[in-house]
Amino acid sequence: MNQQMEFMSFDEAMQRFDPVFGIEVHVELNTATKMFCSCATSFGAPPNTLVCPVCIGLPGSMPTLNKKAVESAIRLGLALNCSIASMSRFARKNYFYPDLSKNYQISQYDEPIDYDGYVEFELDDGTEVRVDIERAHMEEDAAKLTHVGGAAGRIHGANYSLVDYNRGGVPLIEIVTKPVEGMGERTPEVARAYVAALRDIVRVLGISDARMDQGSIRADVNLSLRRRVEAGQDQGAVPFGKRTETKNVNSLRAIELAVRYECERQAALLTAGQPVVQETRHFHEDTGATTSGRSKEEAEDYRYFPEPDLLPVCPPAKWVAELRASLPELPARRRRRLQAEWGFTDLEMRDAAGVLDLIAGTVEAGASPAGARKWWTGELMRTANEQGISPEELPVTPGDVASLEQLIAQGTLTDKLARQALAGTLAGEGPPAAVVAARGLAVVGDDDALGKAVDDALAANPEVAEKIRGGKTAAIGAIVGAVMKATRGKADAAKVRALIEERLS
Amino acid sequence: MSQDLTRLTAAEMASQLAAKQISAVELTQAHLQRIDHVDDAVHAFLQVGADSALAQARQVDEARARGEALGRLAGVPIAVKDLLATRGVATTCGSRILENWVPVYDATAVRRVREAGMPILGKTNMDEFAMGSSTEHSAFGPTHNPWDLDRIPGGSGGGSAAAVAAFEAPLALGSDTGGSIRQPAAVTGTVGVKPTYGAVSRYGLVAMASSLDQIGPCSRTVLDAALLHEVIGGHDPFDSTSLDEPVAHAVDQARQGMAGDLHGVRIGIIGELRGDGFDRGVLDRYAEALGVLEDLGAEVQTVSCPSFGFTLAAYYLIMPSEASSNLARFDAMRYGLRQAPEGGPVTVETVMAATREAGFGPEVKRRVILGTYALSAGYYDAYYGSAQKVRTLVQEDLAAAWEKVDVLVSPTCPTTAFRLGERVDDPLAMYLSDTATIPANLAGIPGISVPIGLAGDGLPVGLQVLAPARADGWVYRVAGAVEAVLTDRWGGALLEQAPDLGKQQGGER
Repeated sequence: MNQQMEFMSFDEAMQRFDPVFGIEVHVELNTATKMFCSCATSFGAPPNTLVCPVCIGLPGSMPTLNKKAVESAIRLGLALNCSIASMSRFARKNYFYPDLSKNYQISQYDEPIDYDGYVEFELDDGTEVRVDIERAHMEEDAAKLTHVGGAAGRIHGANYSLVDYNRGGVPLIEIVTKPVEGMGERTPEVARAYVAALRDIVRVLGISDARMDQGSIRADVNLSLRRRVEAGQDQGAVPFGKRTETKNVNSLRAIELAVRYECERQAALLTAGQPVVQETRHFHEDTGATTSGRSKEEAEDYRYFPEPDLLPVCPPAKWVAELRASLPELPARRRRRLQAEWGFTDLEMRDAAGVLDLIAGTVEAGASPAGARKWWTGELMRTANEQGISPEELPVTPGDVASLEQLIAQGTLTDKLARQALAGTLAGEGPPAAVVAARGLAVVGDDDALGKAVDDALAANPEVAEKIRGGKTAAIGAIVGAVMKATRGKADAAKVRALIEERLS
Repeated sequence: MSQDLTRLTAAEMASQLAAKQISAVELTQAHLQRIDHVDDAVHAFLQVGADSALAQARQVDEARARGEALGRLAGVPIAVKDLLATRGVATTCGSRILENWVPVYDATAVRRVREAGMPILGKTNMDEFAMGSSTEHSAFGPTHNPWDLDRIPGGSGGGSAAAVAAFEAPLALGSDTGGSIRQPAAVTGTVGVKPTYGAVSRYGLVAMASSLDQIGPCSRTVLDAALLHEVIGGHDPFDSTSLDEPVAHAVDQARQGMAGDLHGVRIGIIGELRGDGFDRGVLDRYAEALGVLEDLGAEVQTVSCPSFGFTLAAYYLIMPSEASSNLARFDAMRYGLRQAPEGGPVTVETVMAATREAGFGPEVKRRVILGTYALSAGYYDAYYGSAQKVRTLVQEDLAAAWEKVDVLVSPTCPTTAFRLGERVDDPLAMYLSDTATIPANLAGIPGISVPIGLAGDGLPVGLQVLAPARADGWVYRVAGAVEAVLTDRWGGALLEQAPDLGKQQGGER
């Protein structure tokens, strides 16, 4: 089964096959305490210091439900347009593994708290996509295993394994999509954009740190291919193929790559007449490839049954209504509102996608939307890209950009001077006003001073002055240049020109 | 000769302590001595904590001397079934797999007992993980019935019942999943109560079947059980399934019953629990007890609960299913026994398998396998699902019964104590001991077993009284009334007729 196989290019794969995918996202909640006990959930504590009889599963211990976690689950469900179950239940998912202190995980099975929702989001080119949500349910995280010795952190071949139960029992919400069909060659992009949209929602709700790099959002990607039908035939009538589940794909880029890789791999297998094995696969960040994990051919039997140690979860309708009323504005709606308020075109909106919050902050601090957009999508985005950091990490705040805009509007700075002031701020010289003062960048606005500079320039260049008087207006530039030189560029060129014309007319 | 303190009831001990006629240290000492004299023969205890019991007794005496307000049972010693976690004291559950496990915390019921100032004498023997009806499935040897040392003391809580019957302790904590408090009480001539599901916190009770398990009191009198019930009962934030309501007025109800008035009380005889499989001797005593109830003014009628014909089967699906999951945590990874595999690779899986093979006895393995099978994909609906439906039927039958009667009665157990070894190789015969007790667990209702005399074989018989959920007071009232009349008729407590084990052992040690 591990023989070297031919790969099929993505384009060819898409010509022959129609991909169907589904994603399970685990969101680690940022509640102060664990799902079923009062241990803290903080990240990075020494191993096995945030544990108690409940989360290490000592005999006789019993779980008690974290109400805050239920609240987070309901809020997320509402944000995902889900129905909230008036009664949901926890179940035990039984399997033996040392990362489960009880050898079962308390999860929700056939009665999840959130069900039947959807998420709407945009792809990079503005295409609107809707992904349907099957369910979202609460569960406890497993402990963290570290395999020491042997091959690359895997349990097989390891000399020994360390278990850190600090993570055991941390509240999770698992969000499961319905199968997503009909996305064709845009499938990898859609998968990525879905997870990004989910991350943004979770972030706005404030229910999780939403850090993929720290594992607070983890995605498992299910993918299968089916034969593409001739034009005019019903693609939906073709049954789904055998799927693989690629585990722990932990960055947006990795999601796109993993989907793409599985499309290419499965297409090659199917084209060669070989079966796709229904199995768990692992994604390798370094190579962008997936490799076979444990086989799911014999479907695992988790022997689910209702958790007898917990009561059913029956959130009062009034509480759910309160939570619904207090939901923050969600990313998609906010984007639509801001576009309308700012009068941006679709294209401008797309350019602004990565710096929307920064623009909003800048507008809030008093700048015009167009001005804010210009700085953030231009100069500042470029600088951030050059430095390989995100625009948020630049040493410039929306307030700084707004004050820069104000200085221009007041006539204190020209565009050119403003760029210099910003360079100063980026270089750590303080806010724009301070840079202007320190570097002496302000436009020479004082009419007397400027008038004197013009008079001096005319006196120093009598023959040029004569030409101008004689109607050769093109010669004005030379006098303007002399004035700018004398004021070291701090004069407003238009104003200088007006003063010259006034004197020589 | 001074009075034998161990022969007093817990209520009498409490009043003598309160009157400072005796000290807690004295009382505890007397019980430790009694244990010393008889427990080699009875083997009710897996572990005796003489020093800690005496230390706690001393604290109570000191507190009393200072005039501090103390609980009603302060200074009255107690024994604790080894299924309840006791901080700093090994808790084995009668199993090799937990032989050396020392909990870092107290079960809520144990904590409440300690806070009430009750010295804990030790941990009592039981069938491994409470799986059995005879204590023969204890990994540490069986307990013997004080009425006849060749016979079983019932199970799983045979140790707690025998300790109380043998005057080694006036009170004990038990747990009842299918009858593990009531059946041992019946066959040892003692009182045992399974409260309403949720009336006593299960936190710290090592779970067998979480939806059926309930902690309750073991005692020699109904009043003593009621006193202990009020100590251990009540809501516990650590057990979500514990009832958030006031503790039953068990003591008042017991006293009311003892006063002898049952006028207007409607009593239902469970028609399904009196015929086939019930010994003649048991049925004779049962008939007399029904006569007593009528004499006291109760209205007795027969009630039918047709679903009771399926309860044993349903129980033996639900209980093993939950047990298979509850016992999964015993895997050698964090605590308890760790057994290296013989030959072959040493991996997580092989260590887990070798440990469970070595650490669990045959009855535990039988139930884990049964439960794992019953929960498996493709079988779940037929087994676990159907069993849950029976549970609903039982609840419906009972709901209909409560329309007509206040309490239901039956014999607690179909037979008197059988001989050690008689059923140990015949699980199905063993399971039949619980026929009458299981319905209460499936329905979550309270039940009591109270002695109603000796069968022709000279062994005790128990009457079971069942009441609606949250109406625990009823079982104390009706049982208290029966007890008062019969004790009078016998000219003393039934246990006075039991052999004196101290003499049987020759008294020397």
